[in-house]
Amino acid sequence: MRQERILLSHGSGGKLSYQLIHEIFLKAFHNEFLSPLNDQAIFNLPTSRLAFTTDSYVVNPIFFPGGNIGKLSVCGTINDLAVGGAEPLYLSASFIIEEGILIEELRMVVDSMAQTANHAKVKIITGDTKVVERGKGDKLFINTSGIGIVKDGIHLSPLLIRPGDVILVSGHLGDHGIAIMCHREGIQMESPVQSDCAALHELVQDVISRSHGIRAMRDPTRGGLATTLNELAASSGCGMIIKEEDIPIKEEVKGACEILGFDPLYLANEGKLIAIVSKDSAGTVLEAMRKNPLGKDASIIGTVVGEPRGKVLLETSIGNRRILDMLSGEQLPRIC
Amino acid sequence: MKYIDEFRQREAAQGILKKIYALSGKKVNIMEICGTHTHAISKYGIRNSLPSHIRLISGPGCPVCVTSAGDINRIIEFCKREKNTIVATFGDMMRVPGTESSLQEQKAMGKDIRVVYSPLGALDIALANPGKEIILYAVGFETTVPTVAATILLAKEKGIQNFSAFTLHKLTPPAMKALLDSGELDLHGFLCPGHVTAIIGANAYKFLAEEYQAPCVVAGFEPLDAIHGLYMLIKQLKEDRVEIEIQYKRVVTWEGNTRAQRILEQVFEICDSNWRGIGKIPMSGLRLKNEFADFDAEKKFVIEAGIDEEPQGCACGDVLKGLLTPNQCPLFGKICTPESPVGPCMVSFEGTCAAYYTYGISQPILTG
Repeated sequence: MRQERILLSHGSGGKLSYQLIHEIFLKAFHNEFLSPLNDQAIFNLPTSRLAFTTDSYVVNPIFFPGGNIGKLSVCGTINDLAVGGAEPLYLSASFIIEEGILIEELRMVVDSMAQTANHAKVKIITGDTKVVERGKGDKLFINTSGIGIVKDGIHLSPLLIRPGDVILVSGHLGDHGIAIMCHREGIQMESPVQSDCAALHELVQDVISRSHGIRAMRDPTRGGLATTLNELAASSGCGMIIKEEDIPIKEEVKGACEILGFDPLYLANEGKLIAIVSKDSAGTVLEAMRKNPLGKDASIIGTVVGEPRGKVLLETSIGNRRILDMLSGEQLPRIC
Repeated sequence: MKYIDEFRQREAAQGILKKIYALSGKKVNIMEICGTHTHAISKYGIRNSLPSHIRLISGPGCPVCVTSAGDINRIIEFCKREKNTIVATFGDMMRVPGTESSLQEQKAMGKDIRVVYSPLGALDIALANPGKEIILYAVGFETTVPTVAATILLAKEKGIQNFSAFTLHKLTPPAMKALLDSGELDLHGFLCPGHVTAIIGANAYKFLAEEYQAPCVVAGFEPLDAIHGLYMLIKQLKEDRVEIEIQYKRVVTWEGNTRAQRILEQVFEICDSNWRGIGKIPMSGLRLKNEFADFDAEKKFVIEAGIDEEPQGCACGDVLKGLLTPNQCPLFGKICTPESPVGPCMVSFEGTCAAYYTYGISQPILTG
């Protein structure tokens, strides 16, 4: 059976564009704000502080174990809102589609976005579609922007971090990076790793509702734990010490890293949370995290210190301390 | 048995370090030949856990670092000149600067350069692109060569005509001999590379003990392996023994991997080779035998001799020979960083300068 593909004319603004928008996007994202297909969505917001974010998703391959670019584009933007303490409400979704991609593949991505958004109780209320010539894109790029509300009394910022605070992660690190890498390169593991791609806003709300001691939160995506902690250390002007043996990393991720020459502390995550909390709140926050399925493997991995300012130190498994720097460039597979 | 955590145990590591301290004696200089050892030693803070009289010197054992600027210039010139060609390379070669450019920069300018995880990956690209010529940029020590040899045998068996390799392989023992012959270093022993020795066998170092009175210990790359290997070497020195010992017994034998050796010998022959920062070392390289000329990129295409100029001010040559530590280079950490590397030792994660820069100066927190 002949499979329908995206043609340049799907982006021309004519009949094919109309069909694409109705049969793929509206069918999946249908809601009262989007369906009129105005040039803008007009909506009410509760009187409160707003959070607004945008991100673009260019992952290759677009389908991977544990998710696809669509799920990623919804979860990623929800998470960017959530780690600021915001409850996500509305998303925009813009698609840059390469000529030739199968319409069925696009449909699967869009359905997955709709499912993820519905599950997260957020609405995709505006969007855009462009089609570029074959070779000018990489199958599919998605940009999503998101708006959320931050309730009164919630204020998270690296500037609130103080020496003595405790560093927590919500679960195993590096799953997404290794899942993508192994799938992209056709590397077969005995226990294949699934991406951890997930929306974290409920986990964040669980934690925030139980404790006032949370200083700052981040989702350690590109650059991984090491880069995110360095950013937090630099913004806060504090130092951080983490213990290698307390950092949760699955055996299969460790194994794949050994083979490929990667460091799991620099691998991307798409469903993990780093929280810096006051020492007194650490137990409560850990308990709250562990009660949520997305935080069941949460762990305390280190503490905030006064010196060295702006630096992260790693206490190695054999009992030394060394600098844990940001990622330089990209991790590349080694020769031997 | 999970095979990773067992070799990273704090109590065991601290126990061996205490034994090393108990052997404390005269000043000794030990060279870790292999870049993976340099990396592990830096990553786990081993260098600074040792007593001050034990100095670890990093040797020329990073395949990326010892590829000459001229050879990098040659493949870059080839990329610029030839159309319809795909260059397949191992990841960490991408960023190594030649005199004026790197493969990464060439890729950004539109040249078709692809990272492969194994030589077979390059063969897959050849099969998927029958209208293009695929050149595998094949660097590496004895560890990598058998897989390249096996790939070339497979290409021959399958009659694949659009695949060839630009081979710049190097051999470890001749480089160790050259360093000792130079008389520039006051070396007391070698920590020998586990993976290379898994192929060539520990017997390959016997001449070092017999002719140069240099003790050797072949060690693995986990922190406990490296610490244990150093302990064995320091014990030898303390007891005035000169022997070849194997710490990495779970992988390394005296004879090595004879099957890999046979494949290697079937496809390659020994030749002189130019090492970055060191110069020509006799009988230290491998080239394809004449019967595999169809798969030899240098015979199949014209890859002209490139200019072999090191970047100005770069001291990688002296770092590779162990004459300088990275922080003694005036460019280190200032002009030359992992984000903007001037010389090859800052590029590869196995490079000495990159290891020193990335992991900084570690602090022993339990030993002393």
